[in-house]
Amino acid sequence: MARAPQDTPAGLWTYLLLAVSMLFAAFPLYWMFVIATSNDEALAKLPPAIIPGDRFLTNVDEVFSLQDVYFAASLVNSVIVSTVVTASVLFFCSLAGFAFAKLRFKGSNALMLFVVLTLTVPNQLGIVALYIVMGKLGWNGTLLAVIAPGLVTAFGVFYMRQFIVNTVPDELIESARVDGATTMRVYATIVLPAIRPALAVLGLLTFVATWNDFQWPLITLSGTDFPTSMVAISDLASGNYVIYRRVLAGAFIATIPLLLMLFIGGRQIVRGIMEGAVKS
Amino acid sequence: MSSTRAAPAPPSRRPAPERGRRRADDRRLTWRNRLYRFDMRYMPYLMIAPFFLLFLVFGLFPLLFNAVVSLRNYRLDDPTLPYWAGFENFSRLVADEDFWNALYNTFGIFLLSTVPQLLLALLVASLLNRRLRAQTWWRVGVLLPYVTPIVASTMVFSVFFSRDFGMANWVLGLLGIGGADDPIDWRADKMHAWIAIATMVNWKWIGYNALLYLAAMQSIPRDVYEAAAIDGAGQWKQLWRITVPMIQPVVVFTVILSTIGGLQLFTEPMLFDPNAQAATGGPNGEWQTIAQLIYKVGWKDLNLGYAAAMSWALFLIILVVAGVNYLLTNRLSGGRK
Repeated sequence: MARAPQDTPAGLWTYLLLAVSMLFAAFPLYWMFVIATSNDEALAKLPPAIIPGDRFLTNVDEVFSLQDVYFAASLVNSVIVSTVVTASVLFFCSLAGFAFAKLRFKGSNALMLFVVLTLTVPNQLGIVALYIVMGKLGWNGTLLAVIAPGLVTAFGVFYMRQFIVNTVPDELIESARVDGATTMRVYATIVLPAIRPALAVLGLLTFVATWNDFQWPLITLSGTDFPTSMVAISDLASGNYVIYRRVLAGAFIATIPLLLMLFIGGRQIVRGIMEGAVKS
Repeated sequence: MSSTRAAPAPPSRRPAPERGRRRADDRRLTWRNRLYRFDMRYMPYLMIAPFFLLFLVFGLFPLLFNAVVSLRNYRLDDPTLPYWAGFENFSRLVADEDFWNALYNTFGIFLLSTVPQLLLALLVASLLNRRLRAQTWWRVGVLLPYVTPIVASTMVFSVFFSRDFGMANWVLGLLGIGGADDPIDWRADKMHAWIAIATMVNWKWIGYNALLYLAAMQSIPRDVYEAAAIDGAGQWKQLWRITVPMIQPVVVFTVILSTIGGLQLFTEPMLFDPNAQAATGGPNGEWQTIAQLIYKVGWKDLNLGYAAAMSWALFLIILVVAGVNYLLTNRLSGGRK
């Protein structure tokens, strides 16, 4: 009997190959932890150490007590930037997505097309001019310069529109209108509760992307004492003599929040990525 | 592909203004009316305004302004230069060996990462497309690299690819390549550095692309496979003759995504360098990419005008390459719609 792949129970080979790719995916993370828990000698050994040492807390303590890199402050900055950007993206994108999905206004189709087209423009390529703009605003070197460009994204608007078109019934909105609800009231009482799953997905994806951003924070926060954690890690690794157990202890700490997110919201992230693919 | 368009909205029956309320006086009624009209007519624009305002200020304007800056002398350390430079920055670009070297590196790393990345993603996706136990866990697992900061993973790979005590050399030594006596110096020449960096990129994106492919695979009608199996096509043949052509739009999508990402590669080449702050990508620019060169020219040499010219050139290159890739992928995978 012929069956489609997704109906065929996986055989031993499938599990074996999957296990290998899982090892490939997880190993660098595991090894990051190994180095973060080791002493200096462990790195200069062959065969390499692959069992975690017992120095994790010592290394972490060293990272946090450095004089020239304020690691704790940089973590706080990352939390601030990612939280503000995520909250703002969720609010503005769901608002715009709702307008595009369910409200009727002149030019909505053309404007939506514009949003989709902007998806293909890599913002990064205007980076020199963006730096000049931020300079004119006096924002370079402040978190504002990192936060402002991320406050609302084309992807988010697109994603929210898709979700709202498909999940919020027109009848519900109509009947709220009949009861005299304003647009914002409809948004708050009908749309927001209905799109909770999409908010979770977009929130997770945005948080991860913002937390991991490196190039723009590096440029705009260069020379400041309090960059984001990604820039701080690269600061740890610059200089003539890099102490990797320290760098990777810092890197591991800055990765933990994202691992937790994947652990808790993994199902949502997977679904978000897969849905984004089918509908684009 | 499922359609992205909403069904045309049914003619909305606007609620009749509530006239005839006994206690409502005329002034309140018009006030309400006005509020209602404002809400219906202008509220949508207010709701979408933040996106357009922010995109104009921090997206579109910088991109266009970049073109202006690229025609200017814009040195952070020498404001006395004449305002306009004309096409000087661009003519300098054409003759700049660093630029061509960086372009060459970028394409080399791009090819070494995109091709294996997408092929392996296809394989992983076809594995995940079986009926699996603990299905969700496998899918979440392949996303581990996706959530790991590139800054962090690049540091790990940096250690992994070190010459004397690196795990890469140790493993290769076990296989009889290089070995302790003759270790590979991953930062000494282009090919080795490219392979190391491409490995980082591949590691990061295989799982993500696999999920994109998986999503498309699951919407392939099942009877297609039944028909193929009756015709005697094995699994391997089914993958290449049915699955891949059927998910072709997503393949095109991933090719374009990884083109745009690959040509802007920055973090990996930056931090692979023990002397990262110099942004030279190796002592002789062995693995300096365009994005890295833009950073160096703009913020180390303080020549923003020239850096702008480079990024504008890169923008055009990305457009061309993405276009070519689109056509190629379309043709190679059968051009079926």
